[in-house]
Amino acid sequence: MTVVTQLSRSKISARKWLAALPLALLTSGCDWVVMSPSGDIAVQQRDLVLIATGLMLLIIVPVIAMTLFFAFRYRQSNKAAKYEPNWDHSVGLELLIWGVPLLIIIALGALTWTSTHLLDPYRPLGRIKPDTPTLANNVPVGNLVDKQQAGNGPNGAGKPLEVQVVALDWKWLFIYPEYGIATVNELAAPVDRPIRFQMTSSSVMNAFYIPALAGMIYTMPGMQTTLNAVINKPGNYEGFSSNYSGAGFSGMRFRFHGVSDAGFAAWVNQVKQRGGGLNRASYLQLEKPSEKVPVRYYNAVEPKIFTAIVEQCVQPGKVCMSQMMHGGKSGGDSHAGMAMPGVNGGKGPQEASERVKGALMKDADEKGSGNHWTAPADIKRDGANSAPGSQSNRNHTMLSPSTMPGTRPVANG
Amino acid sequence: MNDTLLKTIFGRLTLESLPLHEPIVVATFAMVAIGGLGLVAALTYFKVWGYLWNQWFTSVDHKKIGIMYIILAIVMLLRGFSDAIMMRAQQAMAFNGSEGYLTAHHYDQVFTAHGVIMIFFVAMPLVTGLMNYVVPLQIGARDVSFPFLNNFSFWMTAAGAVIVMMSLFIGEFARTGWLAMPPLSGLAYSPDVGVDYYIWALQIAGIGTLLSGVNLVATIVKMRAPGMTMMKMPIFTWTSLCTNILIVAAFPVLTAVLAMLSLDRYIGTAFFTNDSGGNPMMYVNLIWIWGHPEVYILVLPAFGIFSEVTSTFSGKRLFGYSSMVYATLVITILAYLVWLHHFFTMGSGASVNSFFGITTMIISIPTGAKIFNWLFTMYKGRIRFELPMMWTIAFMVTFTIGGMTGVLLAVPPADFVLHNSLFLVAHFHNVIIGGTLFGMFAGINYWFPKAFGFKLDQTWGKISFWCWVVGFYFAFMPLYVLGLMGVTRRMRYFDDPNLQIWFVIAAFGAALIAAGIGAFLMQIFVSIRNREKLADLTGDPWNGRTLEWATSSPPPEYNFAFTPVVHDLDAWYDMKDRKHVRPLTGFKAIHMPSGTGTGVVLAGLSVAFGFAMIWYIWWLAGLALAGIFGTTIFHTFNYKRDYHIPVEDVIASEDARTRQLATQGA
Repeated sequence: MTVVTQLSRSKISARKWLAALPLALLTSGCDWVVMSPSGDIAVQQRDLVLIATGLMLLIIVPVIAMTLFFAFRYRQSNKAAKYEPNWDHSVGLELLIWGVPLLIIIALGALTWTSTHLLDPYRPLGRIKPDTPTLANNVPVGNLVDKQQAGNGPNGAGKPLEVQVVALDWKWLFIYPEYGIATVNELAAPVDRPIRFQMTSSSVMNAFYIPALAGMIYTMPGMQTTLNAVINKPGNYEGFSSNYSGAGFSGMRFRFHGVSDAGFAAWVNQVKQRGGGLNRASYLQLEKPSEKVPVRYYNAVEPKIFTAIVEQCVQPGKVCMSQMMHGGKSGGDSHAGMAMPGVNGGKGPQEASERVKGALMKDADEKGSGNHWTAPADIKRDGANSAPGSQSNRNHTMLSPSTMPGTRPVANG
Repeated sequence: MNDTLLKTIFGRLTLESLPLHEPIVVATFAMVAIGGLGLVAALTYFKVWGYLWNQWFTSVDHKKIGIMYIILAIVMLLRGFSDAIMMRAQQAMAFNGSEGYLTAHHYDQVFTAHGVIMIFFVAMPLVTGLMNYVVPLQIGARDVSFPFLNNFSFWMTAAGAVIVMMSLFIGEFARTGWLAMPPLSGLAYSPDVGVDYYIWALQIAGIGTLLSGVNLVATIVKMRAPGMTMMKMPIFTWTSLCTNILIVAAFPVLTAVLAMLSLDRYIGTAFFTNDSGGNPMMYVNLIWIWGHPEVYILVLPAFGIFSEVTSTFSGKRLFGYSSMVYATLVITILAYLVWLHHFFTMGSGASVNSFFGITTMIISIPTGAKIFNWLFTMYKGRIRFELPMMWTIAFMVTFTIGGMTGVLLAVPPADFVLHNSLFLVAHFHNVIIGGTLFGMFAGINYWFPKAFGFKLDQTWGKISFWCWVVGFYFAFMPLYVLGLMGVTRRMRYFDDPNLQIWFVIAAFGAALIAAGIGAFLMQIFVSIRNREKLADLTGDPWNGRTLEWATSSPPPEYNFAFTPVVHDLDAWYDMKDRKHVRPLTGFKAIHMPSGTGTGVVLAGLSVAFGFAMIWYIWWLAGLALAGIFGTTIFHTFNYKRDYHIPVEDVIASEDARTRQLATQGA
């Protein structure tokens, strides 16, 4: 750990040195969130961007300057300039033009190796912020321990805040196993407490990204990814999916609240009081594609539901992936697998009782029509807005596949 | 009629598949239809169908095929750029609760089509076209190794373009992004025809690309003029060789990965599905194992062009030829070792991420060496600022910036905050436009007089140049800024009104680029009108250095009456230097390959096959496939594959050139 912090510290001094560069001046004062984040991981990533850019400018600026200068100096009309049409080789220059970039890449490569390991999203945090290291087991040192114990109750003492993230079409489900609560499209975390996100996706790939907090990591169906981060300043930040996932992608945004410990406790209470239950049935309902979904709270969350989501066996009767790997038949027909909800108009789990058939396997009357789905159809999308709770925001996009082939799909609202 | 019968005949094609309810598409269709009818009417009226068929469509002459590739690319550029304008307009408008003018279903197709068309049907045909035209001339060959294959390759590429264009008016295109990543592109989430259009367009065009790669590798390896050892090959030929090696090694991966995706979609296998043991990550890996070399496939030929142009217009030997060659080879090999940098954010371990980050950075060393070599070629030169040189200097400045942001993105933790953002979009446009496209414009301006016998107009060329370059900076620098503000790509509307100004600036840049494209078309039009004044009768308008300038402009179909003998790297410059005398007697009849319509027929059948597969019209697919095999077998019995140009014709055309040169006092 000491090595870790030392390296981090040296980065900070390099950053101070770099602040003299115009680029840093240009970017530091603005509201460019990637350049002025509020979480320690994102801050270190920002520093890395600046250091790497500075290193490269050492060679980029001379190259561009030389290009323009040579172009001007050796223009045809300038007879004063030397002209050596057969000069085409110089060992010294060759050494220089291979050597200098090589040296810079060696420096950058070393920086890359260390920083990639230090900032590996899976790595438990080594520090809360500069000069505030966590202990090896992630317990914040000093008064932070007391604060956290006070703020988070017996369950939260000393451990990072666990948040399970599920990317749904097209909204985010956040489960707090520690508190038995879950939320849709709203995330909160206490300032200066490490957070550990475990992430997956229900249907297609998304990426979980809160620029103010830390870099993105993909959420992928049937797979689980991890992100460790911490937020250092209270605030209301933006989070979203940063990997295109279908029609409702642009509205797949949520707010992330960095709050004090007391504020977090209050928020948890609020969720507990206002929320309903989240079990497998209500999850399957929630999982259906919908757009611009207002914030929702759940208080009684079925334990292990996240594992079931990752293993794609929330639906009753589906075999979990880990069991399928062992050829287990306990859960039912393994061929049934996980039928999928409709992103681009495909059949949802509710409609498809068996696996999607390949086109060649279908009978003629099963082919369905090739409707041009860009049709305005019955979708009323103007007048939509992102205000939480607005009725006009619900289920804009979901088109139920028609039950009769050849008929137009209808909006599901 | 019975529904089952209808579906057996038409598959899933119904009247509903026509986008009659989509005003933008209907208007486009009307315009295309009217324009197309007008073109057909004009061609019929001027009775040029026969000429086009005999002299162009069925020609196996590498020069004509090269030109057809470039025309295809320019036509598709107009389509791909219309998509770009639509996106820029949408993103500039969709603020403050407005969702712009495109629905999600339309917008998602637009950005997918833009990427697919620009890469596969603009950049690739431009690159292949220039290589096709120039390489045989540069190595003193009469044609490529397999002339019929060349014609077939072109028509397969064109067939792919036709399938993409069909999707605009019948059904829809993919709504998945240009790499059609599963599970989104699987049957479960994209049950419609869009992804099938994508798959078949790329599979069919991919056959063309792969075969043309094989052809050019064989040509360069086997057909060089006597004396042209590997280390005396012009740099453009070197980069072409490396590009085609990359094509031959990379495109089968694309074919395989798309074949697996089609199996998932057509017979229900589970390669990339979420369930039944499928793994979408496998697709991500495979597609980028093709996708990253593809980047170098596009940019290496441009590097070659810049080398030729810099040396010619600086009136100087290329600085560091061998270091240039080795740099190219290093890039070729490293191109296969970096694919994972496209998905650092998918949870790989730190060591894996750093490995691929560092290999990526290493590529910047040979690339940097190349830039320096061009710089020192200019150093102590006499630089003539003709259009190709202007494009080259714009490239050196622009590409350097793009390279820098690329290396930045190769640092995994930096990529975590910039991946999939508009910063990334700005980066790859910076290298593809600033590298490949500027290179292609340099190449077109450079070799146009060779191909047509007259130079391109300077004034319109300069207008086009400045609109493109300035337009590029206006269009993409704001995207860098937006990326640093945390804005993700492929968004259809935005909440934060502070972002709008940047999108408006970017849209202005796109408008400037539109003017650049317009000026480019105008440049060609004006040049054709003033062709007498712009004529190049010497065959060597730029005081060139490589063999293509040794023959007339345009070259005779046999390229060289006598195979040139090479003694030096800059073969033609060396010949001029040693007061080479053009032989005037001793001509012989020349053995040439004859044209054939088989390529057109096979490509036509492939379109029918692709269309049938897309719409599940199985009987037509079977028929078209049988037709493809039948035609192929039939073609093997075609023994009229070659002919001789009679010696009188050779003498006549060479004498004409002698008289032409005499008027130039040469």
